[in-house]
Amino acid sequence: MLTRLLSGDSPRSRSLSIVLLLIFLGLALAPFITTGARPINTAATICIYIVLVASYDLLLGYTGIVSFAHTMFFGIGAYGVGLGLASVEEPTWTALFSGLLIAIAVALVLALVVGLFALRVRAIFYSMITLAVASSFAVLASQLSDFTGGEDGKTFSVPELLSPGFTLMEGEWFGRALDGKLLTYYIVFAGCLLLFLFLLRLVNSPFGRVLQAIRENEFRAEALGYRTVLYRIWANCLAALVACLAGALMALWLRYVGPKTMLGFEVMTDILLIVVIGGMGTMYGSVIGATLFIIAQNYLKSLMAQGSSALEGVPVLAQALHPDRWMLWLGVLFVLSIYFFPLGIVGKLRMLKLRRTQATGA
Amino acid sequence: MNLHTPPAIANVVPPAPPETALPAAPRDWAPLLLVPALMLITLPLVADFPTWITLTVAGLAMGMMIFLMASGLTLVFGLMDVLNFGHGAFVAVGAYAATMVLIPMQASLEVDSLMLNLGVLALAITVAMVVTALLGWAFERIIIAPVYGQHLKQILITMGGMIVAEQLINVIWGAEQIPLPLPTALRGAIIVGDAAIEKYRLVAVVIGLVVFVGMSLILNRTKLGLLIRAGVENREMVEAMGYRIRRLFVAVFAAGSALAGLGGVMWGLYKETLTAGIGAEIVVMMFVVIIIGGLGSLGGCFIGALLVAMVGNYAGFLAPKVALVSNIGVMMLILLWRPAGMYSNLRR
Repeated sequence: MLTRLLSGDSPRSRSLSIVLLLIFLGLALAPFITTGARPINTAATICIYIVLVASYDLLLGYTGIVSFAHTMFFGIGAYGVGLGLASVEEPTWTALFSGLLIAIAVALVLALVVGLFALRVRAIFYSMITLAVASSFAVLASQLSDFTGGEDGKTFSVPELLSPGFTLMEGEWFGRALDGKLLTYYIVFAGCLLLFLFLLRLVNSPFGRVLQAIRENEFRAEALGYRTVLYRIWANCLAALVACLAGALMALWLRYVGPKTMLGFEVMTDILLIVVIGGMGTMYGSVIGATLFIIAQNYLKSLMAQGSSALEGVPVLAQALHPDRWMLWLGVLFVLSIYFFPLGIVGKLRMLKLRRTQATGA
Repeated sequence: MNLHTPPAIANVVPPAPPETALPAAPRDWAPLLLVPALMLITLPLVADFPTWITLTVAGLAMGMMIFLMASGLTLVFGLMDVLNFGHGAFVAVGAYAATMVLIPMQASLEVDSLMLNLGVLALAITVAMVVTALLGWAFERIIIAPVYGQHLKQILITMGGMIVAEQLINVIWGAEQIPLPLPTALRGAIIVGDAAIEKYRLVAVVIGLVVFVGMSLILNRTKLGLLIRAGVENREMVEAMGYRIRRLFVAVFAAGSALAGLGGVMWGLYKETLTAGIGAEIVVMMFVVIIIGGLGSLGGCFIGALLVAMVGNYAGFLAPKVALVSNIGVMMLILLWRPAGMYSNLRR
């Protein structure tokens, strides 16, 4: 049953399974084992980032395509829901879903167009083109302020069922009121779980195997009779679709859309960092990477601030630990992990396990 | 027999080969016509001749600055097959390095003397180019050298290098915006007829042209250029002839970085304020230009830069909202016409 659910792609390492189980339980029970707004926000962000990063891994890790347009699709999903809900007086489910449908259509068409234009060419070309397209899109979103709210973005209200004012049941469970916010969290959680399982299913299907073959040796895959361009376009569209849905969930959770949180280049670098650190070509890498990254982002910064103020007198060290330098250390970590840790956390754990079984088997 | 004298055969002059000139490679003129065609088409649209002149010169100047920054990138790609996503960082570092000269010497910049102003500017540019060349050399050695031939890793690692460099700029020069005023003599505009042409843009056009002509001459007419081109064609053969092609390529990388530094100074003075993100903003434009021109083609890069900048300028005047995505539009059109860019002189 579980194997089927995971599409036969078990974690293949005991420590990895334990960590994954812990993360799963933590996210599933997050509203009840924590209190306050910040932890639950962190948990929802982790859920969404797992899906976002996993969908990017479909491109980068499984197909070997470096795209910089992934945040664009994420943003389209978010803006679709956001603008759909913001355009009506009274937020309705119809507005939400029509916005989402339009977003999906736009994302798919854009993914197809970019794919058709660019996937026929070499990897480097594709990266450059997606970077250009994505940054133009971000500029457009922040400049068309009548429509998108410009730099400030747009806040909107969600259907009543999901708003914090709605009460599901009187009283509190484990210190958490059973309100619309809680319901939203579980919609986000369930949605992300489904999307993740879908991606897992995808990469372990024959289709996913062809993608891996393309990554390993495109020429040979083509020679075997697979139309590699078609497969790459498909992968591109599917990744865009999932990213778009993740964006929609993000908008639903934040009840806000804005260029910085949805389309900013920082989001793209975050995704890249998480994929590389978690482990390319392993869906589980996105789970571990995203969890580590988002927790670090939310809590390490305050820790760094404390460290920096504690070391006030020391000139260089205080500067280096300044919370704004967070990105510097991440960048260094990123470069180092590409050199010395190319498999990422999950790849490394699996490698260790493989070595051990080989050692005992021999 | 004396081993130290070269064998006599070296002194024998071979008989002159019969005069059969190789057929010249066919020239590809079509892309060259794009820029003049664009100028002709927009003239009636803008309808006002002085405005058109102003727009055109502004576009040319911007194109030249983009060319300065992008030429190094395309050179390095064409020769070494390395696409440096961190190239924007060199642009930013160049601009910041120039502030080390421009800000202490602010007083000389405010004196209304063209020679003094240009002298300080030249000094700033020199400093910027030296700093970025050194940085490029180190970058090549530390960051890129281990990942030659692996495109995926190259993209990721240079991207990481860019993040780190951008943050280091914040550490060294602070995170605040730095104002970068133009030298007094270069401020203002020259009035030709009814058209106002900003002086600084003329300077940019001149520098851009000088660099373009210089680079073309070096690549096509000198022994150095011959070696570089030969190294691209067949690296092993050039090595077998006793040239250290590796060193030559590192030098090329440093030169490309220095050009980015030069472009960074020009661009920073044009924007008049500096932030660490200046490189990341412009790197997108550079990529568009390089895609349009054809990866690795210097001439294509030149035409592409002019084309993108001028279309952006005209569109900014005629339809401001369209200008935001005009570069993508140009890119799409060119790719529809020639899927590998205007000049695809790459065999890889």
